[in-house]
Amino acid sequence: MIELKNLDKSFGDHHVLKDVNATFERGKVNFVIGRSGSGKSVMTKCTVGLIEPDRGRVIYDGRDFTAMSQKERKVIRQEIGMLFQGSALFDSMTVQENVEFPLRMFSDMSDAERVKRAEACLERVELSDASGRFPAECSGGMQKRVGIARAIAMNPKYLFCDEPNSGLDPQTAIVIDNLISDITAEYGITTVVVSHDMNSVMEASDTIHFVHQGSICWQGDRAELLRGGVQELEDFVFASDLMRKIRKTGH
Amino acid sequence: MRWMYHIGRYMRLLAKSVRRPEKFGVFKELLMTELESIGLQSVGIVALLSIFMGAVICLQTAHQIGGWIPVYTIGFTVRQTMILEFSPTLIPVILAGKVGSNIASQIGTMRVTEQIDALDIMGVNSAGYLILPKVVAGVFIVPFLVVLSMVLGVGAGAWIGVATGLSPLADFEYGMQVDFRVFDVVYALTKTVVFGFILTSVSAYHGYYAEGGALEVGRSSTKAVVWSVVIIMVSNLVLTQLLLN
Repeated sequence: MIELKNLDKSFGDHHVLKDVNATFERGKVNFVIGRSGSGKSVMTKCTVGLIEPDRGRVIYDGRDFTAMSQKERKVIRQEIGMLFQGSALFDSMTVQENVEFPLRMFSDMSDAERVKRAEACLERVELSDASGRFPAECSGGMQKRVGIARAIAMNPKYLFCDEPNSGLDPQTAIVIDNLISDITAEYGITTVVVSHDMNSVMEASDTIHFVHQGSICWQGDRAELLRGGVQELEDFVFASDLMRKIRKTGH
Repeated sequence: MRWMYHIGRYMRLLAKSVRRPEKFGVFKELLMTELESIGLQSVGIVALLSIFMGAVICLQTAHQIGGWIPVYTIGFTVRQTMILEFSPTLIPVILAGKVGSNIASQIGTMRVTEQIDALDIMGVNSAGYLILPKVVAGVFIVPFLVVLSMVLGVGAGAWIGVATGLSPLADFEYGMQVDFRVFDVVYALTKTVVFGFILTSVSAYHGYYAEGGALEVGRSSTKAVVWSVVIIMVSNLVLTQLLLN
C-alpha cells in the first residue's frame, strides 16, 4: 500500500500539488486520472522520489519514503518497477539486456540465472522471440511490453505506469491494460497507473483517483465513476460521445 | 549571477558522480567502452591533424628563418611548438568538438527520453553510472592521444623538412635535441589531464541537465562544445602561468 499525505509542491509561483491525500491499495490497479497539466505526473514523480515535495509524506507500507536518506531510499527503489510513457528503454542495449539490467545492478544472480529470469519475464509479456532486438527495432507496443518485463524483473512490490497506452492502437492498448491487470493480481503488487485514456480506465481500473488543479477531488471505482457526482469529473469523463452513451445505456 | 548557479550545479553533479559504483564489474565494462569511444575512435582525427600541423610548422619555420638563422632551428621550433602548445591544447579542443558533443547528445537524449529517470527510479546513481566512466576514460586516454600527436607532428615535420630539402635530417634531429627539457613534456601532460577532465565533465553536465526535446539536445551539445573550449582556454592560461613560473 502506498499512502500520500498532505503532499504539496510548487514551482516558483505555480502551486502544482495542493494538499494531496491518497491511498493506493495493494493487489489493485489504482488509476490516477485528470486533464493534462492537472498535476498527475508531478504527483507520480513526488511519489517515486524524482521530485521532492515541499511538504507532506509518501509512505510505502508504513515506511516514510520522504523522511529517508538517499541511501535508505535505495531499498524501496529496488522494490519499484516503472513503465514510462515513452518506455525509456536503454537504446544501446538489446531487449534481453534491458530486462537483465536491474538484475545485473542489484542482484547477486549468476549470468545463467539472470538470463533465465530475463527470459521468463520476456515470456510473460510474450516477447521471447524479440530478445536479440534493439528497442529501435521494436514497435511501440513491443517497447511497452519490454518496459513491463524490465519493471517486473526484480519482483517489484510497487508498479508505476505513466500513460501506458499513449501512442498505441486500441487493440494493443487493451493488451497492455490486460497485462498490467494480470501482473498486478499475479504478483500481488500495488499498481499506480497515470492516464487520461478513459478506455483504459474502464478496462483495467480497480480504484480511480481524479486529480483536478493539483488536488484529488474525487475517488471511487468504475461504477461510481459512471454515476459522476462532481462537475469537474463529469466534464472530464463524459467529454466524449462514447462515454455519454455508456452512461446513458449503462454498458 | 547565473554562472554561479551553473558552477554550483556542476560541482554538485561531480560530487554525485564520484560516488562508489554500484557494481565494479559494470563500471569496468563501461570504462572500457569509453576508452574505446574517446580514445581509439579518435586516433584517426588526432593523427591526421598532428601530421599536417607538424608539417606546416616545419614549412613556416623554414620560410621565416630565411638563411641567416641555423637550419637546426626548424627541428627545435617544430618540437617546442608541438610539445608546448599545439598537441596539449589543440588536440583537447578538437576532442571537445568530437567527443564532447557526442557525450552531451548521448546523455541529453537519455535525459529527454526518460532513460535517466528510469535509472534513478531503479536506484542506480545515474550520474555515477553515466558520467564517471567517461571522466575517468578522458583523464586517462587524452594524455596518450596527445603523446601520439607530439610524436606524429614532430615526425611529419622531419619528413617534410627532408622531403622538400629545407632541413637535412641530421640538422632536424640536432634541433629536436637542443635544450630539451623533460619538464616541458611533464607540463604538457599535466595540462592534458586537466583538459581531459574538463572536456568530458563539462559536456556531461550540459547533457545531464538537457530539457525538452531534440532541439534542446542539439543546443546542449553546442553549449557543451563552446563551454568546454572556453574553459580549456582559460585553464590553459592559468596552468601555464602556474606551471612555468
